[in-house]
Amino acid sequence: MQTLDHWRQDFPILKQQVNDEPLVYLDNAATTQKPQQVLDVIEAYYQQDNANVHRGVHTLAERATKSYETAREKVQQFIQAKSTKEILFTRGTTTSLNWVAKSYGDLAVEKGDEIVISYAEHHSNIVPWQQLAKRKGAKLVYIELTDDGYLDLEDAKAKITDQTKIVSLAHVSNVLGGINPIKTLTELAHQHGAVMVVDGAQSTPHMPVNVTELDVDFYAFSGHKMCGPTGIGVLYGKQALLEKMEPVEFGGEMIDFVYPQESTWSELPWKFEAGTPNIAGGIGLGAAIDYLTAIGMDTIHQYEQELVAYVLPKLEAIEGVTIYGPKDPKDHTGVIAFNIEGLHPHDVATALDMEGVAVRAGHHCAQPLLQYLKVPATARASFYFYNTKEDADRLVDAILATKEFFQNGLI
Amino acid sequence: MALSKLDNLYRQVILDHSSHPHHHGVLDESTNEIEMNNPTCGDVIQLQLHIEDGVIKDMRFDGSGCSISTASASMMTDAVIGKTEQEALVLIEQFSELVQGNETGDLDDLGDAAMLSGVAKFPARIKCATLGWKALEQGILEKQDTTVSKQLHREDKGE
Ligand SMILES: Cc1ncc(COP(=O)(O)O)c(C=O)c1O
Repeated sequence: MQTLDHWRQDFPILKQQVNDEPLVYLDNAATTQKPQQVLDVIEAYYQQDNANVHRGVHTLAERATKSYETAREKVQQFIQAKSTKEILFTRGTTTSLNWVAKSYGDLAVEKGDEIVISYAEHHSNIVPWQQLAKRKGAKLVYIELTDDGYLDLEDAKAKITDQTKIVSLAHVSNVLGGINPIKTLTELAHQHGAVMVVDGAQSTPHMPVNVTELDVDFYAFSGHKMCGPTGIGVLYGKQALLEKMEPVEFGGEMIDFVYPQESTWSELPWKFEAGTPNIAGGIGLGAAIDYLTAIGMDTIHQYEQELVAYVLPKLEAIEGVTIYGPKDPKDHTGVIAFNIEGLHPHDVATALDMEGVAVRAGHHCAQPLLQYLKVPATARASFYFYNTKEDADRLVDAILATKEFFQNGLI
Repeated sequence: MALSKLDNLYRQVILDHSSHPHHHGVLDESTNEIEMNNPTCGDVIQLQLHIEDGVIKDMRFDGSGCSISTASASMMTDAVIGKTEQEALVLIEQFSELVQGNETGDLDDLGDAAMLSGVAKFPARIKCATLGWKALEQGILEKQDTTVSKQLHREDKGE
């Protein structure tokens, strides 16, 4: 197995003790840590270039604008969009999906139309569609999952019909960890004249993404889950669609001319970006993309798959441990939801924390999925490229110790 | 081993309550019911109260929660059944202070629930411990509210 150990050295936060144990950070699906390189770029921006963008003639304004727009180019290249006009900066995946549901939804969805999602979606890819369906009198339809934790493709074929106007699915589930065949699903959506929206929050940080090749219409992701800062994210949209869509917010930056009763919009992508943007965030995301590109998205994906192939069987071998999602490590990303028989995941997460192992417990913002799986909550360990085999071993050992504590502890 | 610290949180009494909770289930007859959840983690509690003449005659709880929230609700039922609403409100306040690590004086009336003081060292779990108590508080206050408004209503009519 290859090692990416030297990259780990770039993350100051990982070099600490938590509860007297070396930290093992396995909550990367919630947010990832930031390398020194990204922190340095953000600090340098504030120390040397800070100014408002697109507004000033002075040198700092020029520099800030250039850095911010260069970050947009980096995003464009990273996901292989055709043009920077197709890259909108947002607050994150949630905002991106809300924009599509509001702006494109208002344009395209009418009473009696259908919007198709799946049972394995994050709340941010459910609630905006519920609201759209309510506004329009449309119907929200759910694709079922198979017993072994995959999206049910047969059911997808049945649910996506000529009635469907929008299909919106996660590329990778933040609970089950499975990778959805987005290309096939996009073809299916297009055959029925629907647009394909993809929630890329859990895919973009971990694998190469080519929106042009996938032919998706919209793609959303968050900077903070890919080594970048919080408060910045991206909405990719095909230019032809974005041209037709109305902005969601109005104000400065997004206008061309403002008359007393009327205004015209700026061109893409600025038409959607009202107000002073998160400049440092955009620049920080650009730095994160540089960092990930230096490692190589293929390398990251391959390494994480090896890590999963190493840890998944070990977890499965522990008596009483149930793993959710695909069992085949090839189909399972580093997001691993699990439960220990007889123990509530909160108690598990507290115990693991005492061993220095940070995992999440709860419903992972996916209540319909947990209802579907008929479990009130799960624990979830999620890996990134800076995690090691030793981290995986520490997780396994901590789970064994936790079981021991609750079964025979308290001596 | 770092897990030894867990002893502060998970005392044997607590684990006993969580695996064999007292007053768990549903009441045949209740005067009010409260459902409360902890949106950050999805824990849910359903609490049924039987209150008569300002006295908590009986109660049951149900739902899904971790061992801390289950044990805490179980201990709460032991502490408050037979108490007046006012006494219960005092206990709720006292318990809330206790799990936040504040001095609360005499803990005798809390009974086993006093054992949950260790939660204070696990801030992420305070909400687990207080869920049942918050539900009880809401139940009592709602009931008092409706009684008060009913009384006002009657006074209105009397005029
Ligand atoms: C699959 C998925 N979609 C959407 C989101 C929402 O992302 P954000 O909170 O950054 O907007 C998350 C992250 O929590 C996620 O995992």
